[in-house]
Amino acid sequence: MRTDHDNRRVTAYKTMALIRHFDKKAVNLQRTGRLGTYASCLGAEAIGTAAGLALTRDDYFVPYYRDHATLYLRGVPLHQILQYWGGDERGNAFPAASDARRDLPYCVPIATQLTQAAGIASAAKLRHEHAAVLATCGDGATSRGDFYEALNVAGVWQLPLVVLINNNQWAISVPRGLQTACASLADKAVAAGIPGVQVDGNDLDALLEVLDHALERARAGKGATLIEAISYRLSDHTTADDASRYRKASDLHRAWQNEPVRRLRDTLAEAGLWDAQRETDWQQQCERTVEEAIDTYLNLPPAPATDMLDYLYAELPAALRDQRNALAVVDQEVRHG
Amino acid sequence: MAELQTHGAHAVPMNLLEAVNRALTRAMAEDDSVVLLGEDIGTNGGVFRATEGLKQQFGCRRVMDTPLAENLIAGLAVGMASQGLKPVAEIQFMGFIYAALEQILSHAARLRNRTRGRLSCPLVIRAPYGGGIHAPEHHSESTEALFAHIPGLRVVMPSSPSRAHGLLLAAIQCPDPVIFLEPKRLYRLKRLPVVADGDPLPLDTCFTLRTGDDLTLISWGAAIHETLGAADQLAAEGINAEVIDVACLNPLDRDTLVASVSRTGRAVIVHEAPGHGGMGAEIAATLANQALLHLRSPVERVTGYDCPMPYFQLEQHYLPDEERIVAAAKRTLAY
Repeated sequence: MRTDHDNRRVTAYKTMALIRHFDKKAVNLQRTGRLGTYASCLGAEAIGTAAGLALTRDDYFVPYYRDHATLYLRGVPLHQILQYWGGDERGNAFPAASDARRDLPYCVPIATQLTQAAGIASAAKLRHEHAAVLATCGDGATSRGDFYEALNVAGVWQLPLVVLINNNQWAISVPRGLQTACASLADKAVAAGIPGVQVDGNDLDALLEVLDHALERARAGKGATLIEAISYRLSDHTTADDASRYRKASDLHRAWQNEPVRRLRDTLAEAGLWDAQRETDWQQQCERTVEEAIDTYLNLPPAPATDMLDYLYAELPAALRDQRNALAVVDQEVRHG
Repeated sequence: MAELQTHGAHAVPMNLLEAVNRALTRAMAEDDSVVLLGEDIGTNGGVFRATEGLKQQFGCRRVMDTPLAENLIAGLAVGMASQGLKPVAEIQFMGFIYAALEQILSHAARLRNRTRGRLSCPLVIRAPYGGGIHAPEHHSESTEALFAHIPGLRVVMPSSPSRAHGLLLAAIQCPDPVIFLEPKRLYRLKRLPVVADGDPLPLDTCFTLRTGDDLTLISWGAAIHETLGAADQLAAEGINAEVIDVACLNPLDRDTLVASVSRTGRAVIVHEAPGHGGMGAEIAATLANQALLHLRSPVERVTGYDCPMPYFQLEQHYLPDEERIVAAAKRTLAY
């Protein structure tokens, strides 16, 4: 008989396979001029999916920019993720009914989201919420002061914060070995007086175990945890990057041997939870789902130009009225061709 | 010296620092979501004592001594504000605010816009600014133009106890992020009447402190003190200067400035910050654009020199004084 844990693992696999397909199509959209620069999550599917499954509706998620799987599991539709990477801020207006309703938007300036996550954790603690804050970052982010400042305050204030590093070995072209002399990134937790854990970022089961434990510890008021999930960036940094300039093909080939999606599929198959027929059916479903998302994305109405001023302040200041009027004329011209 | 603020029955005399403390106390008492954070603001009450007694009154959960990291303070405040708290962060001196600039510029000022209104960032960052108290290096700068240039922020600089009180109350209630720069030279200068239960003041208008027909003196923050002194000197010579306290540098109340200068035909803009790229340039450009045919002389600026704020041995030569303001006013009249 299937346990809840089995069901969770199957859900995880289905999400990872869907996101793998979505990611491939998103890169294709960029290559054909229908999406902006896009940060692929190829190789990070297990990390993003485990994070999404470990979080509850009452928790808060603070992403960096490869967290498509987590945001999808939080209830952000795939077409809205495309909308963001298609250059439209409305992509960050996550649905009001979703688990992501209070989550912070995608964060591009490296590590700056981490001190904000500590602020959200302080707010949750002040209000006695049974909630944790999960913030993600890459390995490069651990070299910034923001990273240490956030961990430090999370330690001294005993905040319900979990910082999850996706150590995919590369900060654009700079390898992990040039970021720090620390033996592990998890070691950096020592400086903040909090536990630091290393986990295989290609192992969904291990990720779930570590995240469940750290988040429950945070919710119970026992403080913060740093998790270093070790993975490998199977993609370029973004669609604007060419990793062949700095990365050996043999290294990439080796990394593919351990990639997370096939690994979980094999594990589930061994446990009798997945088979070839299910795989065929699910891949077809993934294609349909992603095609629908792309179709929705490509048919979204354009944002009015006045949007660039209308959300700047709670109310439009008088000082900006003339500028808004000028943009309203632009909108009228667009409408009437 | 003209003070056009209300002197109501409940007005009590207090200095600017006490007015800040009074506004913080009232805001915290009226709204549980108001929290304070910063360095040394708890038991010590802040290095200037702006938060004196607040930890004792509201507890350490709402008055938080942070680790010594300005970037952290701003990031914490952004995170708190994103979830509906109203954090009032203190940066101990404006000279240390730059570590927080990325959070202010890339996040606080943009969160509402980036999420198309899903989240907002109702924080206040208070910082004492400006020279004139013989402070150590890096303690006396006046870099408000850096912040006034950032869309999405409000930049507020009070120049009297009553405006400090009313504008800080308004800043805390405001749903937008506010940089609130306190003129530390005026902190303990004098006690003036403040209506402690008075209404918050508007955040989008200038304050006309003194009316006059001969020219308009435009200033903000600590330099208002010398500007009003200069107006007194001019009045003794029969010259009636209008004095406008801009108070809110972004968004800027251009209408009041243009209306005044259109009437007087002459303008002198006074600020402590370097002139190059300063807010005086923005105001002068506005006057050139909207009041050109009313101008009877070129717009004058009396500002700090285009150099780093000098260490205190030379600061009195750097800061605009009454003589420089009076001389500029007379140049506009003699043109």
